[in-house]
Amino acid sequence: MSTTPGRKQIHLAAHFPGVNSTTVWADPRSGSQIDFSSFEHLARTAERGLFDFFFLAEGLRLREHNGRIHDLDVVGRPESITVLNALAAVTDRLGLAGTVNATFNEPYELARRLASLDHLSAGRAAWNVVTSSDAFTGENFRRGGFLDRADRYARAAEFLATARELWDSWTPEGRQRPFVHSGPQFGIEGEFTVPRSPQGHPVVIQAGDSAEGREFAASAADVVFTRHSTLEAGREFYADVKGRLARYGREPGDLKIMPGVTYVLGDTDGEAQERAGEIRRQQVSPQNAILALEQIWGRDLSGYDPDGPLPDIDPDPDSTLVQGRVRVADPVGVARRWRALSEAKGLSIRQTVVESTSRQSFVGSPGTVAAALEEFVATDAADGFILVPHLTPGGLDDFVDRVVPLLQERGVFRTEYSGTTLRSHLGLPEPVWKG
Amino acid sequence: MTSSRTLHLAAELAPGAGDSPSALASARTAAPAVGGTAARTVALARLAEGAALDFLTHDDSFTRPGLDALAVLARVAPETRSIGLVPTVTTTHTEPFHVQAAVATLDWVSRGRAGWRIAVSPTGAEAALFGRRTAPATAELWQEAGEVAEVSRKLWDSWEDDAEIRDVVTGRFVDRRKLHHVNFQGATFSVTGPSIVPRPPQGNPVTVVDATRPAARDTAAHHADVALIRASSAEEAAALRAELRQGARAHGRDPGQLRVLLSATVDLDAYEGGPAALAELIAGWHGGGAVDGFHLVPAVPERDLERFTAGTVTRLRDRGLFRKAYEGTTLRDQLGLARPVSQYAAEARVTTGARA
Repeated sequence: MSTTPGRKQIHLAAHFPGVNSTTVWADPRSGSQIDFSSFEHLARTAERGLFDFFFLAEGLRLREHNGRIHDLDVVGRPESITVLNALAAVTDRLGLAGTVNATFNEPYELARRLASLDHLSAGRAAWNVVTSSDAFTGENFRRGGFLDRADRYARAAEFLATARELWDSWTPEGRQRPFVHSGPQFGIEGEFTVPRSPQGHPVVIQAGDSAEGREFAASAADVVFTRHSTLEAGREFYADVKGRLARYGREPGDLKIMPGVTYVLGDTDGEAQERAGEIRRQQVSPQNAILALEQIWGRDLSGYDPDGPLPDIDPDPDSTLVQGRVRVADPVGVARRWRALSEAKGLSIRQTVVESTSRQSFVGSPGTVAAALEEFVATDAADGFILVPHLTPGGLDDFVDRVVPLLQERGVFRTEYSGTTLRSHLGLPEPVWKG
Repeated sequence: MTSSRTLHLAAELAPGAGDSPSALASARTAAPAVGGTAARTVALARLAEGAALDFLTHDDSFTRPGLDALAVLARVAPETRSIGLVPTVTTTHTEPFHVQAAVATLDWVSRGRAGWRIAVSPTGAEAALFGRRTAPATAELWQEAGEVAEVSRKLWDSWEDDAEIRDVVTGRFVDRRKLHHVNFQGATFSVTGPSIVPRPPQGNPVTVVDATRPAARDTAAHHADVALIRASSAEEAAALRAELRQGARAHGRDPGQLRVLLSATVDLDAYEGGPAALAELIAGWHGGGAVDGFHLVPAVPERDLERFTAGTVTRLRDRGLFRKAYEGTTLRDQLGLARPVSQYAAEARVTTGARA
């Protein structure tokens, strides 16, 4: 790898723009959210940009709002691992990361599917371990029900530990040995039928910023996907999570911290700011503005005018209006802040939502954005970024064409892949085989 | 039945899927070499595609050495264009919701060439890999498999074809009246839905059931688009085919929408008369109306598939009994099966969606 010695290297990943309010589907350039060609375009673009990996999120039940399927954002997506196996055929080096829930799967089957992906991609598989606690999603599954918040990490941790036992049940020399796992969550035994895969273990990603999530990441993950996308919050999170590693006998470099970030480019900073405003207005349609409000208030606010003032009633803290989404932690506090903003600047509902949400992480000319990314990594606010474009499938094109070359000039990003596996791109050690 | 019916040909890809001694040896030697699975399978698939076979199956079970079959065929999909891809998928210890989403996604990444061969996991060894329940009786497992087939169809249909509207004026990406909860209650599971995956290109990917065992036969008659049978004479095959078609009719189905293929493990090294004799046999059984086609299970895929395509298929084609090139783009097209209308689509729209 031709890099400048001593400069901390940036890792980059591409998040397929999917089922969330940042994806702009109404733009004329917006393509299919389900055709394989869209996934292929984005993955090939990421590989052209020498990215570490391509990332797919997951949702196991369509989101509902007030008892009806939410229809304002992109709806629907393919099953992750199947798409990644197909993408392995049209890429050579790019890591392939899929989000798969540990609550609604079983270790034997998932460990087998992930090891299969690692074989079929010649060592490029990654698993983003997420957990779910809600009974709403459980209604699509045999196990149904839900888990207590604490139990879902207990299950995830034992799930991952069990998967690692299965991956280790073949010796590096290719000898298969029977396995037995007996724990509070899983009691299984037999023979794992997939020989040890090229990476030994697929790369493990953890997404979730809670204290339990951080501890789980420090104990067992290779990459953390965090929401902390400002410099200050990033540094604090970075120091906290890296500080937890020693307890598990791990080095700071063993865990990469990668915030999910959005970006807008322009020929000048001013032009980029202007475009950023346009994109935010595209993201927050009048209907989406009312919806965003309802997500905070937990009340039916369909009678309100998006171009009028905010409601003067308070949020309902016990609302069940919204299902299948992460809950807003402090709705009353958020409502108070939004009202204050609206009153101070004389903003309508829609303008308030545009101002308060969906602000892009990096906005500027390619040079400005490259410098900001470097600063984040150089000052230990991150080890890299999971970029979330707002357009499918061309949303990454300008970044790869215009920002990546500048990062390379600065000596902070690879100019060619030095290895073949995702582990090698991320500079992660081989997993220690525990026989 | 006349000999003008289309002949359908399919082949198995997994090493050692047959039960001959050389097949077993092939499975054992293949296991440690899984690193070459992608290249090996792509080469075989292209060979079969060159001969315009209808589809390829890939056997699987949780105790079978090798990789996940659906994963292998997803890896093959972008490197092929026309051939159908049918992995074996068990319904016993898996989540129906995940299974249908994966099969629908295989249909998306292959642009309409996916099927699935439904299987059950009856052994105690398989149950121990999951630790959730002991292995029930095979008859119950096939009943559950039928429920999984049914809920899968409901979930594939839970998005009507035109559910995505991208209506900028009203800000709506989908018309939620065309997304449906399935509210399925089975004996061993329930699913609310709708699916997370938009309706796949074929509407419903092709359902294949191996109806060799009597326990599987009613599930095949009820749910299969393609039933695989085994028989040692044309008469036995014809009787099985008639039984399956009668069963389909009893379940309210059009038997014309069920293809019955004879699955035969063939060791072309040992087969008397070789590929030419096999072509004779296929022509005879198909012409006599005993079966709609053949599913070759090669004892050694690398060797036997080559001989089958070069020797057997060429002869059938020369006699005008088998297609020279693919017609249509989807697996349903090759099989002559209609693309089903979503069962949730309004009555008024039912007649407009079908496509031959």
